[in-house]
Amino acid sequence: MSQSASRDPGAPAFAVVHTGQPGAPAPKTPRSLPHRGGEANPTLEALRTRFGGAIGRHEVVWGDTTVYIARERVAEIAQWLHDDPTQRYDYLVDVTAVEYRDGVRPLEVVWHLRSLSYRRFLRLKAELPTDGATPLEVPSVWGVWKGADWLERECYDMFGIRFVGHPDLRRILLWEDYKEGFPLRKDFPLRGRFSRAEQLTNALAADPETRYSMEELSVADAFESLPEDMRKRLGGGERVGE
Amino acid sequence: MAVTKTIEVALSTTGLGPDGRPIRIPLGAEGLTSAPPSLEPELEGEHMLINIGPQHPATHGVLRLVLELDGETVVRCIPHVGYLHCGFEKIGEYRQYNQIIPWTDREDYLNSMGNNVAFALGAERLFGIEITARCTVLRVMAMELSRIISHLVWLGTTCIDIGAFTPFLWCFQERENVYKLLEGWTGARLTTSGSRVGGMIADVPSGWTDGLRAFLRQFPKTLDEVDRMLTRNAIWVGRTVGIGVMTPEEAINYGLSGPMLRASGVAYDVRKDVPYLDYETYDFDVPVGTNGDVYDRFLVRFEELRQSVRILEQALARLPEGPVDVDDPRVILPPKHKATSEMESMIHHFKLVMEGPRPPIGEAYVPVESPKGEKGYYFVSDGTAKPVRWRIRPPSYVNLSAIPRMVEGHLLSDVIAINASIDIVMGEIDR
Repeated sequence: MSQSASRDPGAPAFAVVHTGQPGAPAPKTPRSLPHRGGEANPTLEALRTRFGGAIGRHEVVWGDTTVYIARERVAEIAQWLHDDPTQRYDYLVDVTAVEYRDGVRPLEVVWHLRSLSYRRFLRLKAELPTDGATPLEVPSVWGVWKGADWLERECYDMFGIRFVGHPDLRRILLWEDYKEGFPLRKDFPLRGRFSRAEQLTNALAADPETRYSMEELSVADAFESLPEDMRKRLGGGERVGE
Repeated sequence: MAVTKTIEVALSTTGLGPDGRPIRIPLGAEGLTSAPPSLEPELEGEHMLINIGPQHPATHGVLRLVLELDGETVVRCIPHVGYLHCGFEKIGEYRQYNQIIPWTDREDYLNSMGNNVAFALGAERLFGIEITARCTVLRVMAMELSRIISHLVWLGTTCIDIGAFTPFLWCFQERENVYKLLEGWTGARLTTSGSRVGGMIADVPSGWTDGLRAFLRQFPKTLDEVDRMLTRNAIWVGRTVGIGVMTPEEAINYGLSGPMLRASGVAYDVRKDVPYLDYETYDFDVPVGTNGDVYDRFLVRFEELRQSVRILEQALARLPEGPVDVDDPRVILPPKHKATSEMESMIHHFKLVMEGPRPPIGEAYVPVESPKGEKGYYFVSDGTAKPVRWRIRPPSYVNLSAIPRMVEGHLLSDVIAINASIDIVMGEIDR
């Protein structure tokens, strides 16, 4: 807009933000990290002092500290980590989730945080039981880091985890009325709910709206009307690529 | 009303004057110094919705932007991504670690060698492997060469978007030279699959370093030419200065990384802040902008090209002799002649190929400075040969998520410049 006319290209608009603390030693490439144990991130103790019962167990794996936190208090803890002058986790690296193969361990939502001013890295995890009774919901951290917007949308898209408080929680990589489920969940077969041939047949059907309607793809609704062999295969869970 | 009518006719059809010459309406003529009266008053204040992409040359792939315009000014921008989504992360859960490496070529395909190395670094953290000295230096070369490729493609395509054609040809010529080097090393130009857990696909062939030296001699000259062509070019400066400004606080809060973040004045470079591959022992500078606009992003990337040349020269000077692959039977195959002559080596070979290396239970995230920004692969292992979760931290995905913030209030033509400045690769965004 009018900014282009108003300023001289050489004039600095912002002061440079340096990372790390002044006088701190320059970081080095890590060598011989222990598998388990090792020095924990000092933020862990601060979190325990500040939030007590909301902080669960922790692990230090390959040099990175993982802290399990109570899922209801994620936004509150994130806000404190972001604002507190002794922590200043101002950079949200990633929001994602992990589902284990054993079907016993709960789903984990993972936040990777980085403090640019202290050069610290912290992994937060919240556990979500997949028993069906617990809603897959965690508070959104969009209010703390705007970068969480698409990362949380992707996590919802792939795992079906709802981020409460996100302003626009829609599917992002898949289309909005995709009804087959959440692809990165372990109960989702690698090839999708239908084989390639079936997907192609459906897509090429004379009237795709009726053959390949999104309602029909909602497997729960369509299951009864599927052909026998397809029902059998889907009922047993398609094992492809394993 | 009658006046409006006259102007409308005059502007749309110039026509000929009584002397037979075309009628010209001088710009800034009386009555036009202020905003001209709207020709269609009933449309005043009405917004128009237009759609750019997914098939549009300026969206660098299959990005779709829905723009709400007030006149030519963007009021709102709604990006749509996912047209290339093919579930890389899901596929990775069904593959052994080394089998995932070809997939990393295909996400950020301008930086395939860098992705291969980043993947290997993450997997090696998970396995607890320390790579050899020669491999470390070779990987630095791989990463910097792919940074050069990626920045050259960015520079060339951005020139085209903004209206310059010549630098595009120069950039792509140089890029071809780098591809020749990579082809000599890995056998492929784009889909290199150059790394393995614990080493590289191969040592560089003899004479390869001479080729790299020749490239490093001539490449800065091309850079100087592009520099002369663009940096003080009035059109280039006019199209880029003050466009798409992100303040440092915003840039951090939006999770921007790489040149996008550094152009906003935040001196965060993974190579300096979370070093890997002994980057702390190389002497190079991290260019930082102070205005956070498209022009500063150009300057930052351009200077990074020169810094990459510096790093490559140092890497060439220190390249040690020795083995490339680590001596670790968990991940490295026995020599072929042993596998065909000794029982134990054959069993070893068979088990590694069929069952795959098994990392201990654990998780690892190793960020690297990809040309787009902080990229990292996050692995979760349950002790089997296939990861429970393989997550790509995609820098251009996070960078692109700030585009609604960057374009609002700008003109439609600036959207193209801003979008180009993000340096997106849809393969990485959609995965």
